[in-house]
Parts: sequence; structure tokens; C-alpha cells
Amino acid sequence: MIEIERISRAFGGLQAVREVSFTVAEGSITGLIGPNGAGKSTLFSIVAGALAPDSGRIRLQGEDITGLPTHQLFHKGLVRTFQIPHEFSRMTVRENLMVVPARQAGESLLQSWLQWWKVVREDRAILRQADEVLAFLEISHLRDELAGNLSGGQKKLLDLGRTMMTDARAVLLDEPGAGVNRTLLGKLAEAIERLNRERGYTFCVIEHDMDLIARLCDPVMVMANGELIAQGDMATLRANPEVREAYLGTGISGGTGAA
Amino acid sequence: MELAGLGAYALFFLNLVGIYAIMALGLNMQWGMTGQFNIGIAGFFAVGAYTTAILTTGPSDNWLGGFNLPFLAGLVGSVLVCLPIAWAVGRITARLRTDYLAIATIGIAEIIRLFFLNEGWLSNGTRGIPGIQKPFGVGNGGYLLVVAAFVGLTWLAVEIARRSPWGRVLRAIRDNEPATAAAGKDIARFRLQAFVVGSCIMSLGGGLYAHFVGFVSPEAFRPLYGTFLVWVMLIAGGSGNNLGAMLGALVVWLIWSSTEMLAGLVPTALIGSESAFRVFLIGILLQIILVSRPQGLLPEKRPPMPGEHRR
Repeated sequence: MIEIERISRAFGGLQAVREVSFTVAEGSITGLIGPNGAGKSTLFSIVAGALAPDSGRIRLQGEDITGLPTHQLFHKGLVRTFQIPHEFSRMTVRENLMVVPARQAGESLLQSWLQWWKVVREDRAILRQADEVLAFLEISHLRDELAGNLSGGQKKLLDLGRTMMTDARAVLLDEPGAGVNRTLLGKLAEAIERLNRERGYTFCVIEHDMDLIARLCDPVMVMANGELIAQGDMATLRANPEVREAYLGTGISGGTGAA
Repeated sequence: MELAGLGAYALFFLNLVGIYAIMALGLNMQWGMTGQFNIGIAGFFAVGAYTTAILTTGPSDNWLGGFNLPFLAGLVGSVLVCLPIAWAVGRITARLRTDYLAIATIGIAEIIRLFFLNEGWLSNGTRGIPGIQKPFGVGNGGYLLVVAAFVGLTWLAVEIARRSPWGRVLRAIRDNEPATAAAGKDIARFRLQAFVVGSCIMSLGGGLYAHFVGFVSPEAFRPLYGTFLVWVMLIAGGSGNNLGAMLGALVVWLIWSSTEMLAGLVPTALIGSESAFRVFLIGILLQIILVSRPQGLLPEKRPPMPGEHRR
């Protein structure tokens, strides 16, 4: 579904991503793990159109999408969330969701002025859709809260909810579990699994919580120092000495601790 | 006699309040709804005033035209001439944020003012363009009805825009640009639209101003009157709230005008610095409001959900 081909990107003298290639298969929940500074988020930003690569290609269902801006990728069915939640803080939870649907007639100022009755009718349907998403995520009670007042975990859920307001095919999740407590994390994982199973979303997930990765993801890609060093299911990776060395198993001393 | 004088002054006063209210509504679309820091209001104000002046006055050897067109044609001209200018300014400044946009727009407004000052063939330079008529031969009272009608229409248009999905995208941009792009919105397009529409509303205000005072010269479009006061009005009234923008125009113009009467009361030592003193007072007023009511007299309210009754 998403083919990443020999992507490289440097910041000044720092080679953040070096010749990374892998494929996110249709219908999969693909994990992307690695130590801090491995280049995961940079790679994500490149795939999501927020950064241009120095070299390499990205294909979405065979179509070359390299260098397309974020908002155009959205219309091709590729959406992302952010490592730090990016809510619309002075808008309500409902409004946060209602911004998202594509091709709203009311997004044209002229139509809003001249055909307001059509715009209101369409907006009612969008409101219903938003309320369904909130029910799915079990945060209906927060619907009229300002998004800026939510907790960090609730904002993560809202981020995920925004991807549900689209016809997304592929979703890039940047650390969905960061700063989320255990109970909420279970809910988040469940939501991701259901979206994958029931709606056929393909996911690519960056995450440091290995339990979450083990529960959700297969296959898992491992990056270190800007390069892809291994891929496979979690059991295989746990047994891979190079992966243990780079990320899973070793402490700062460099010894071979337990994974 | 006293009462009649007061009544005449009230008409004069309310006309200007209405004209400033329209400009504050235009700024609210740019700043209140989108977060665009435009401090070049005076430039668009000037474009509107000069356009209608040239279109509606009689022929003259001293400036371009005039073309003797009717009042409404002059105002339509104000908006249409502003359209490409605002579009070009918006395109040039599209990538600038907050303080950089502010610097660029104040520069552009001064360029526009100096253009009208120096291009005498167009604008009669410092001498300005006199003899701009009110429509249908009305006085200040009749003109107030015209201004009020335009204030009402502008309010309606801006309020519908604020409540529409279009306005929702603008507020999303104001809150978080990367997330708005991630939601598939072309940020540059929406920002440009808000900038152009807001500027054209300011230009409409300029057109109404020209017909009210009957005379335009570059002096009227200095940043103090054209830009600074409108900003104080919007912030004092309630940025993001259209009724607040209009209330701000009333309150600030009331205070600004009444300080004119204070001029007779200033100590002898300060005579000659009255105008600086007025600006100083308005500055203090702004400080008081920002400290005691940071969201303005009427804070922003979220628009009703579709199907929800207006609160």
C-alpha cells in the first residue's frame, strides 16, 4: 500500500534517514520502532508530505506521491497524527471532528452565503457522523468541551477520532500511546484494532511501548541511526542480537541486558 | 438651540461609528477568525475612499476622471478595485506569520498612502479630491440610514461566514496550522480568501467614509486613524465576536471624540500636545481593557451547532 523506496534526508551534517526502504502492506498494522534519534519521525514527516526527502520515492497504491503537500495526501487517503497532540484548542471536541470531512459545500464562502440551507443540512449530517465517532471512542460526554481542556490521553483519542472523519485508507500514527495511562491505552489499542478490522484501515505506527507494539503490529520495522536494521514479527525481533543491541535489550552501558 | 446642536453632532458621530464598525468587522474576519495580523488597514481604507471619489465626482483637470457615476457604482468600484490589490498583497505575504505579516502590511499601507500623495494626476496629491456627494442629496440623517443598512448587511455576511464550515476552517487554522493541513485543508487558500474578503470590507468602509466627509486627502489615511483605532475597537469590543467589533467601534469612538472636548481643559503647559495626549489616553484605555477583560467587552462565543437554537 505504502512503498518507501530508498528515502534519505539530512539536516546539515546529520544524516537523519539513510536509504530506508520498506512496504506497509494493505490491511496491515505495521510498527516502526527504534531508539530516540533513529529517524522514525523524520521518515513519517517525509511520507506525510511535511518534509521533502533528499532522495528516494514514496508510492501510495502504486502512485508516486513524493513531495505532495500534506493536504493533497489527505485527499488521496493518507492521513497522519502527531507525536504531540495537535488539537484545535479553542474549538469544541465536536468542532474538532467536524472540520475534517473533505469537500464540504460550506467550505466555499459563496455557497455559505448563497445556499446556507444546503450548507446547514450537510452540516447536520457531519454532526451526526462526529457524534458516532465520539460514541465509538467512548468520549461522548466530552463533546462540548474545548479541546484545549482535555487531558493528554483524551487528546490522543481525539487525534485518532479525526482520522475517522475521513475516507482514509492509510493512517500514520506517531506515538499514539505516549503519555496515555494503561486504561486509556487499552481503549486506544482497541479502537485501532477495530478500525483495522471493521473499516479496513491500514496503519503504520511509531511507538515506544513494546506491549502495545506486540499487541497491535505485525510486521515491525526497526530503525537505528537513520537506517532500517531489521524487520519481522516481535518474537523474531526480540531474538535478533542486532535489534537487542540497538534498541530492545541493552542499557546505556552497552551490555546485553534482558529485553 | 443647544439640543439641536447636540442632535446634529449625534448624527455626525453615529455615521463615523457605523463606518468604523464596518472596518472593525473586516478586521475581525482577518484577525478574530483567522489570526492574521494585518496592520495595514489604512491602505485598503484609502483604496476604497479614492476609488469612489474618482468614480463619482464630476470631470476635473486636476485628477483622473471624475466619471460622474452614481453612489452605488462608486461603492461597487471600491470593492472591485480593492479585490486585485488585496489578492496581490495576500499572495506576496502568504508565507508571513504574525509579526512579519504586521511589518509587511504596515509598509504596504504606507506605500499606498504615499502613492496617492505623490501621483497627483490620479489623486490631486496633497490637495485631495473635494466635492464627493452623498447619494440622493441626503443630509447626515439620511446618510446614517444608508450607513446603517451597510453595517447590517456587512454584519450579516460576516456572521454567516463565521458560523459556516468555511469559518470553522479559519478557526482551525488560527488554532493549529499543521493539524489543519493534516485534515486536508489548503491553508494558503483559506488564509488568502479571508484576507481578501476582510480587506474588501475595509475598502467598502473607505468608500462610505469618502461620501460622508465629501473630501479625501492622504492625510486621512495615516496609520493612527486608519489602522490603530480600528485595532483598539476590535480588541476592546471582543476579538472574534462580530457584535463585539461593532460595540467596540461605538465605545472607542465615543471616548476618542469626547477627549476632543477635553482639549479645552488641558493645562497651559500641555497646549499643543493635545493630540498626543489623546493617543496616550486611548493607549491607557486599551491597557485597562486588556488587564480587566482580556477577551474584550463581548468575548468570543462558539457558533451554534447545526439544528441547535441560538443562545
